[in-house]
Formats: sequence, C-alpha cells, structure tokens
Amino acid sequence: MLAKRIIPCLDVRDGKVVKGVNFVGIREVGDPVECAIEYDREGADEICFLDITATHEGRGTMAAVVREVAKHVFVPLTVGGGIASLDDFREILRAGADKVSVNSAAVKDPDLISQAAMVFGSQCVVAAIDAKRAGDGTFHVVVHGGRIDTGKDALAWVQECEARGAGEILLTSMDTDGVRGGFDLELTQAVCERVSIPVIASGGCGKLEHFSEVFEKTGADAALAASLFHFRELTVGQVKEHLISRGIPARRPDAQEIGEEVDP
Amino acid sequence: MIGIIDYGAGNLYSLKNALDRLGAPSLISGDPQALRDCERLILPGVGAFGDAMEKLRGAGLDAFVREEAGEREKPLLGICLGMQLLFGSSEEFGFHDGLGLLPGRVVRLSAPGLKVPHMGWNEVVLRRPCAMTAGLREHTYVYFVHSYRADCPPDLLSLTAEYGEDVPALVHRKNIYGAQFHPEKSGAAGLRMLQGFLTAAP
Repeated sequence: MLAKRIIPCLDVRDGKVVKGVNFVGIREVGDPVECAIEYDREGADEICFLDITATHEGRGTMAAVVREVAKHVFVPLTVGGGIASLDDFREILRAGADKVSVNSAAVKDPDLISQAAMVFGSQCVVAAIDAKRAGDGTFHVVVHGGRIDTGKDALAWVQECEARGAGEILLTSMDTDGVRGGFDLELTQAVCERVSIPVIASGGCGKLEHFSEVFEKTGADAALAASLFHFRELTVGQVKEHLISRGIPARRPDAQEIGEEVDP
Repeated sequence: MIGIIDYGAGNLYSLKNALDRLGAPSLISGDPQALRDCERLILPGVGAFGDAMEKLRGAGLDAFVREEAGEREKPLLGICLGMQLLFGSSEEFGFHDGLGLLPGRVVRLSAPGLKVPHMGWNEVVLRRPCAMTAGLREHTYVYFVHSYRADCPPDLLSLTAEYGEDVPALVHRKNIYGAQFHPEKSGAAGLRMLQGFLTAAP
C-alpha cells in the first residue's frame, strides 16, 4: 500500500530560505541546501521549493539551489513559483528537479499544462491551485497569494488541470492557510472526489492530529507544510511516527535506524 | 566505470548524482563505442515504451545492449521504463517488441479501485534475495512512478510491491537486474540497492 507522503516546503528568495529556520547544527541558517538535507534526514518523502524571488536575475539562483540539493538529497524534488513557460520547466528539470508546479501562469494560460505534460510527461507537472470560499458556497481560484479572485470555479479548474495532463494537484486553501486550525477537509475532499490524480493538501496544519485527520477524513495522498516545519514546532519524523501510531501507512525516516536486518 | 545509457529518455543527472554519491565513476553516453568500455551498464528511462525502443534502435543501442548484457553477460540494470524494456514485449499504446533479455511482457497495471499511475512510496516485499537486496531492512519503502508493470515468471522476482496486485519491483536473472522503482530517488534504501548493483559479481 502506498505511504501517505509528508512534504516540507521551503520558501526561497534569492537563494535563501525566507522563513526563519533554526535547525540545530546546520552551518548556515537559511541555506536551502542544508535545510533540504535535514528534512531528508528526518524522512521527508519529497521536498518542495517555492521560489518567491521577485527579480529575473534571482531566478537563475533557484536552478543553482536545485542543482546543489540534487547532489545530496535522493528523494523527489518539486520546484514552483513563477514558472510561466516551457523554458522555465526545462531549466528547473535540467537542474535536477523531478516535478515542477505551476500556479498563476496556468490559470492565465491553461495550455501551459497541456504542453508541459506533452513535452516532459504528466509525472512532472504539478498543478498548484489556491482556492478560497466564495459567498455562494463554491470555491474560487485565487492568485497572487490570495489577493486576486479570478472568479474561476476551483472544482471545475482541478478537473480541467487533470484533463490537460497534470500529474498531481497541490491544493492550498486560502481560508485555512496560516490559521493553524487544520487542513481544509471540505475543500480537499471535494477535490479528491473530482480527480483521480494524487492530491496534496496544503494550508492550515498546526499540530500532529491535523495530519492524521486529513488522511482519515479525505482522500488526500500527501500533506504539505512550510512554517510548521521551518519553525521546528514539529519535525517530519514526529509526523511520521504519529501517522504510523494511527495505522496510517507512512515511510519511516530511514529504516536503517530502526529496522532489523533481513536474513538474505 | 559505469555507463549510463543516454537515448534521450529522461533526466539522467539524478542517477549520475547518486553514483557520484556512492563514489562510483560514471559517464552518460549514447555512443556504443564509449559505453563498450564500461564494466557495468544502466538503462534508465521515462516515457513510452514504443518511443524508447525506437530511439534505442535509431542509435544502434538495442543491438549493443543485447550483445553486452546478453552475450557478454555484462551487469546491466534497467530502471523504470528501462526495466520494462528488458522484457519481450509491451502492450503500451499497441504492441511493441522489447529487448527480450528477460522472459515476460509488460502490461497495464490493473490496480482495481486505485489510482494509475502508481505514484509514490510503496513498501517492498522480499521474494528472493539478490545482490541488490543485500542488507535490505524491514518496511523498506521505495519511490515508484509507472502505469505499466512486468508480467514475468515468478523466479525472476526479487522484490514485489502490493498495489491491488503483486507488482514486480525488482527482477533479477544472472547479470541482469531491473528496478521498476527509482533507486536514485528512494533515499538511503535506494542508494544501498544501487550499491548492491555496483558490487554484484559480473
């Protein structure tokens, strides 16, 4: 049975992790390579990098970060933030990313998903969707960090993303993001019911139980968190142990530490 | 020297990074002449079976791989699509001949009620030890991304994963190994298995 994935996300600006990271024992605080190595050691199933660099010059830095991380971390790497063209995909994939997530640019030009899926394969195209409740009980797609409501129906949009060849949905609820009251179960389940590709739930987790809850109450395949892990309120390892204690399939940090030798 | 066979299918740098990490010198090449001198070969691959075979044929690499791994019995590891290419044929988008180095064929995952592709970390079950499973721990998870699977004689199965059915995860016969999962993306467990291939008796 597939393990439920736990994905820490690093917000990177100009090659540095933006949120105050305070890992014990790392050389340079804020170095995304060191942070990724630490998350990997704790058992992250995948590591997500969100490039929030504003300038064009800064963007090449992200590729350099990925290139360096890929030398040290041997789990899937997903990179997003400002991806707007096939060339952006190519640059990041060549640097060693396994998946690329697209958000605003795909809302503006949905063909980007179709083309990227055709050229690079669905397995590396992640449709990142930020959704927010509208007054009438539906969910709308929002862009630019939730500041702009596109008026687009989020559930119709996830289906379109799948039909266009996206391999995965990274779903962030702007209603629960930052609130720490738990993932948006209603939105997550609504999306899971409409697509058959994996769904990554994001936004709102504040404690261990929120992780088991999203897997017990929705069809989510993975859960993503940024600040919770950044600020060391929880470690990926603690989340894994919690899931396993609840009977949810999860991959332990490195079986080498705890497993017994198998007699060949 | 480890030869990573480049026929234009997928990102080979993750694999090279993993070999670098293990201290194993490697080269990425699509030139049979350059690859001939390598002691071990790895056939990676992402994409569709038919396309991949066509690209291998176009570069003269199909005959090369058959000769090196089949006749000269050089250690060969196929990864993901590269593993599937080792078999006789595939039903992915029609019928395609494979390299025929291992008996069996490639069929679509049936995975009743489950998502296809089979994507993510799944636990492997030891069926028969081989060089790549040396030191394997209990509850080892490895990273899969695929929609088709091998349908092969049970004596080839070294590891399987449960996904609605028993999915061949690692197959082995003599000098030939095939991993349906990505050892280069499967953390420490994957690196250990790659290390096992590097030290497998030729």
